Amino acid sequence: MPAPIRLRELIRTIRTARTQAEEREMIQKECAAIRSSFREEDNTYRCRNVAKLLYMHMLGYPAHFGQLECLKLIASQKFTDKRIGYLGAMLLLDERQDVHLLMTNCIKNDLNHSTQYVQGLALCTLGCMGSSEMCRDLAGEVEKLLKTSNSYLRKKAALCAVHVIRKVPELMEMFLPATKNLLSEKNHGVLHTSVVLLTEMCERSPDMLLHFRKLVPQLVRILKNLIMSGYSPEHDVSGISDPFLQVRILRLLRILGRSDDDSSEAMNDILAQVATNTETSKNVGNAILYETVLTIMDIKSESGLRVLAINILGRFLLNNDKNIRYVALTSLLKTVQTDHNAVQRHRSTIVDCLKDLDVSIKRRAMELSFALVNGNNIRGMMKELLYFLDSCDPEFKADCASGVFLAAEKYAPSKRWHIDTIMRVLTTAGSYVRDDSVPNLIQLITNSVEMHAYTVQRLYKALLDDISQQPLVQVSSWCIGEYGDLLVSGQCEEEEPIQVTEDEVLDVLEGLLVSNLSTPVTRGYSLTAIMKLSTRFSSVNRIKKVVSIYGSSIDVELQQRAVEYNALFKKYDHMRPALLERMPIMEKTASNGPTEIMQTNGETEPSVPDTKHLPLVTQPANQANDLLDLLGGNDVMPVIQTTLPTKPASAGGELLDLLGDLSLTGGPTVVPAPAPSVPVSQPPFLLDGLSSQPLFNDTSAAIPPMTAYSKNGLKIEFTFERANPNPNIAVITIHATNTTEADMTEFVFQAAVPKTFQLQLLSPSSNIVPALNQGSVTQVIRVLNPQKQQLRMRVKLTYTHKGSPVQDLAEVNNFPPQSWQ
Amino acid sequence: MMRFMLLFSRQGKLRLQKWYTATAERDKKKMVRELMQVVLARKPKMSSFLEWRDLKIVYKRYASLYFCCAVEEQDNELITLEVIHRFVELLDKYFGSVCELDIIFNFEKAYFILDEFLIGGEIQDTSKKSVLKAIEQADLLQEVHTHTHHREKK
Repeated sequence: MPAPIRLRELIRTIRTARTQAEEREMIQKECAAIRSSFREEDNTYRCRNVAKLLYMHMLGYPAHFGQLECLKLIASQKFTDKRIGYLGAMLLLDERQDVHLLMTNCIKNDLNHSTQYVQGLALCTLGCMGSSEMCRDLAGEVEKLLKTSNSYLRKKAALCAVHVIRKVPELMEMFLPATKNLLSEKNHGVLHTSVVLLTEMCERSPDMLLHFRKLVPQLVRILKNLIMSGYSPEHDVSGISDPFLQVRILRLLRILGRSDDDSSEAMNDILAQVATNTETSKNVGNAILYETVLTIMDIKSESGLRVLAINILGRFLLNNDKNIRYVALTSLLKTVQTDHNAVQRHRSTIVDCLKDLDVSIKRRAMELSFALVNGNNIRGMMKELLYFLDSCDPEFKADCASGVFLAAEKYAPSKRWHIDTIMRVLTTAGSYVRDDSVPNLIQLITNSVEMHAYTVQRLYKALLDDISQQPLVQVSSWCIGEYGDLLVSGQCEEEEPIQVTEDEVLDVLEGLLVSNLSTPVTRGYSLTAIMKLSTRFSSVNRIKKVVSIYGSSIDVELQQRAVEYNALFKKYDHMRPALLERMPIMEKTASNGPTEIMQTNGETEPSVPDTKHLPLVTQPANQANDLLDLLGGNDVMPVIQTTLPTKPASAGGELLDLLGDLSLTGGPTVVPAPAPSVPVSQPPFLLDGLSSQPLFNDTSAAIPPMTAYSKNGLKIEFTFERANPNPNIAVITIHATNTTEADMTEFVFQAAVPKTFQLQLLSPSSNIVPALNQGSVTQVIRVLNPQKQQLRMRVKLTYTHKGSPVQDLAEVNNFPPQSWQ
Repeated sequence: MMRFMLLFSRQGKLRLQKWYTATAERDKKKMVRELMQVVLARKPKMSSFLEWRDLKIVYKRYASLYFCCAVEEQDNELITLEVIHRFVELLDKYFGSVCELDIIFNFEKAYFILDEFLIGGEIQDTSKKSVLKAIEQADLLQEVHTHTHHREKK
């Protein structure tokens, strides 16, 4: 058998291959030769063969048949073999395969080898890829080497210990004694690795942290020496002495000084010194400054030092080096909450970064800009941000638009400015705004009563220009439907009123219906808008015609709407004015769904007036939902209100008749949600004590109801609805019924959810579950599930039955996937 | 800590991969492929840092080779650039004006140098001299009849 070809030879040969196929052929041939050589147990060339295998593995070819050979190389006496063997182990073996455990004994022997370079190989391998089992077995050996006076081995042992601790944190204790005099070493390698080890221990264990706090003076001294000492060629990098060690010490100081006043004070001076004396012309100096800033901001530093740190970041922002600008923006983003005023001073530089070419820098600048917006700078900032919105990449537009809306809502100097700003966003980035912007904007517009004429006029004009951006079109249609009368009346205080006729308006709306650019949702909006205008315009016949045409539309949604509107014209014409009346002012909900959810894990909500308010506030949205459930759609469009705060008594009476034939017992309750100002003394079936009880539960986005609990005659059913605008919130209504012959009194339902969820339990309808299914107790649960994890719930039920108290705990796991996906 | 380091050419050929966490082979391949794509698509005017999955990527191009490190949230990106630079200096001193071909033909040596510089993703020794001396001494221990020459190129 001729000697296997040398490694370099093989590499040269493979590189001559002109195609992938040719390369594969060569590799296969060589692998076959290597395999037979392995089978022959050839000691001489094993090393060469494994090296070749490692090369081929790097090219992407399988090399698992070489794993055992690596182990044989490690066990060999020759240093060359060991070197390649350990390298192969690190590249080919992984802790998932039991094979790797065979290394343990070899490593143990090599850790005690007479040659330090062999010991070094073993420490390195263990420190890079040692599995938990290996670490457990060999921790003692590592600990021994951590105490050696040989600095070559000591530094490696320290990093090996770090790995052991990462893999098996319980072993941390055993390394404690060996750390006693680590910092007294002069050798920078040992110093550096010791600081890393101490950092790891302090990060993982509060006890260790307490224990090592006393090292702060020593660390400060070491750092001071590094800065003050003269030129040291061995550790110098561009005029700075051992920047790597400086950075690690600063990081350890950060951990030690955090939430501890004394330690923070002890390091105050050195931090100021580093911050002012470090050379900033090269990256290495800035790396140290960066770490210093991070430390200053994280410990309990005095305000002067903090301002110094932020100013360093401000200077970073002006640096030509984009890497420096990048880290500056990242750090400023972290500190903007706590040191808002200091960061404000650099606002203009930050805003300039919006024009940077680097995507990451732009994004950070944008986030930071939004964080800096306040009542004083809103006008100026918004100008810049709107300009940015105009010109930025599509990936930014959605976030920027949302940010603009949020900022405008918080700090708008005037209603007009607010509406103008919204208009600007809709017209420039209309297709990128999030879906929930549309209902939010509608609510905002509704509530700006004095601006209605101005708003509808501007929106109308915008529509004339461009009907492609759906959110803009939807908001505009809605407004025209609501305020079309103001539009044609030619009254507008804010700007020159335009002259437009009813027919022109209807032309535009009908144009939306037929346009290919309009989505089905938009078409729904415009049809409803047209319908609303039937009570505001005089050209009712035209509207009737349009509505009847769409009664046979292919689009089921449109068809249903049109048919129902037709019904309004034909059978319920006397109700039409009341139904299509102007929308009432909606109470403000929180602009982001999650903020309204309170953590009420496991506790039922006491019937405090506050909680009554909260559900009431979300009414209009839910009412809108209810109606859409009726119509089978799921956009939030308050179209026809079945209950109105100001409805005349007669209309109200007939409304009840309309709903009167629906069953109100058991199952999904179909009680309409009471309007905000309806007095509590209304007939029971309207109220049922459920403030946000959805109207037609069973048609809500088709999430099937489920039986959550059924035991001892008590049955609890869950019905679902998605809360608009936030799809991460599931609204669950529980219906508790009782099949036994005795009432269940003092009934209390409590629920708890896993940590990633948030739960809000609203007040129950009552706490008596009547016997023999004569009624039910209902209660609404709102679950926030931002991570879209599988919904699970633990419920606790307590009640009194036939005189004795009953308590039960149950897990609910059978939630339908639609409720949490 | 540094999670892994990759060296690859402009054509997307891997020249060195060092992983400091246990990762399945299949996942390694996927991550390498994905990351190479992302980094090679970067324009010269962009910063050396980017976010990828839950990690921070620090990369720098030296001639035809990209040096790419993945570090964690709390790590200092600027000093990572210095770590990369130190590794390149070590290679340069060892091979004498190192170029990509040196790394290709002597990949195992590149690994030996890296393993003398970093363990578990952390620096063992901040002295260039010390690291190079250790390699030199270890090289001397290599048995004579193994035919692995110090520096062999095309």
